[in-house]
Amino acid sequence: MSHSSAMRWLHRFGSLPYFYRVSRLWARCLALPGLAMAGYGVYAGLAIVPPDYQQGDVFRIIYIHVPSAWLSLFGYTAMAVAGVVILVWRLKIAEIFIIAAAPIGASFTFLTLVTGSIWGEPTWGTWWVWDARLTSELILLFLYLGVIALHQAIESPRIAARACALLSVVGVINIPIIHYSVVWWNTLHQGSTIRPLGGSTMETDMIIPLLIGALGFTLIFGWLTLWRMRAQLIWRERRSRWVTRMIHHER
Amino acid sequence: MTRTRRRRLLLVGMLLVGLGAAAALGLSAFRQNLLYFHQPSQIVAGQVPVNTRFRIGGLVQRGSVQRHGHDLTVRFAVADCDASVPVVFNGTLPDLFRAGQGIIAYGMLDKQGVFEADQVLAKHDSNYMSPDVAKALKTGQKTNCMPARMQAAR
Amino acid sequence: MNDSWQQFLHMGGYARYVWSAYGIAAAVMLANVVAPIVALARIKRRIAREEFVDD
Repeated sequence: MSHSSAMRWLHRFGSLPYFYRVSRLWARCLALPGLAMAGYGVYAGLAIVPPDYQQGDVFRIIYIHVPSAWLSLFGYTAMAVAGVVILVWRLKIAEIFIIAAAPIGASFTFLTLVTGSIWGEPTWGTWWVWDARLTSELILLFLYLGVIALHQAIESPRIAARACALLSVVGVINIPIIHYSVVWWNTLHQGSTIRPLGGSTMETDMIIPLLIGALGFTLIFGWLTLWRMRAQLIWRERRSRWVTRMIHHER
Repeated sequence: MTRTRRRRLLLVGMLLVGLGAAAALGLSAFRQNLLYFHQPSQIVAGQVPVNTRFRIGGLVQRGSVQRHGHDLTVRFAVADCDASVPVVFNGTLPDLFRAGQGIIAYGMLDKQGVFEADQVLAKHDSNYMSPDVAKALKTGQKTNCMPARMQAAR
Repeated sequence: MNDSWQQFLHMGGYARYVWSAYGIAAAVMLANVVAPIVALARIKRRIAREEFVDD
């Protein structure tokens, strides 16, 4: 793509009426395969795959824990990318994205911590320890909550977005720390099971539903983010003529 | 790209580089404090301060687990490749506790060099497989004295 | 109720852990789906009621 056509695409994508119009269809295209794949992953994890040789059936919590953990990292990384776009290019669509994605990322981080805790009780013998992995994931939850709180505390939406962008960019340093915490330090949490560069340590029959489920939840993340963006967008643009005209038209 | 945007991009880039460097320095300085547990060989070599509470991590040595009939007290040895430390514990053990299992115990060394634990946690690995596959794998596989999964990369 | 169904619910003795984890996950996901739909409808109502263009 040449520079000028890339810029043209960016402008078109950044055009808010255009985004509002097409995002409804995009959301649908993500929702259906997302729900199907996540549903399959969870169903297979609960009902089809064999129990683990050591942990028995309690290991089935992995089919919600790992997709949540993946999305907690993915969501914040995406917000940090949007943060750079806000700080450098001041693109409104990125401002809308960052505040739409934060609550969803926070909810997946919360799920990661809660499901991990429920899993830890019978297997490790404790709900919580302050090891590097668990602590850095808890910090991630506070970073998400910090972005949400900043947005609510600052009146002007553009200044609020810049503050959120800065916190997202600064906080992204925590993401590699979470990921590599189990490699760099002795932790109670075990190492990574899914290794994209080979050597995943899970039986094939068990890992395929996990990967399909994780992809499905990622599509669901996109779907939910688009819906939140639509709500955020028309509220931000409530004074513009195209929004009022559209809403009166709908009634 | 306009000049202002290039300047902003440079600023954001510098912010990220600076943060990364600060985090790397800070974390490597506190590396020891972030270690969740010490290994038996570090304890035997005297690298762990006495009279403090700390965590010990290693494998439950095979054949070392002794229980007394009348109470919950259990004695076992935690070992890595080079050393083993006797542990005494009175309390509820996690479901995964068994000989050969990686565990982490929290407590203090007594004068005889016995680790008096008041909490024992199981450290499970990141391997998941069905009982059938596990059985098939076991034939002809030797057990590690201290699997890599127990320790951080050095 | 047949045996395999009971066995499924029993989760090898870990029922309360597995089902509480999935129950909380289902509740959070449901809230995630409902919240933006409710928010969008509420915002549209507000915009229709108040004329923001003229202020």
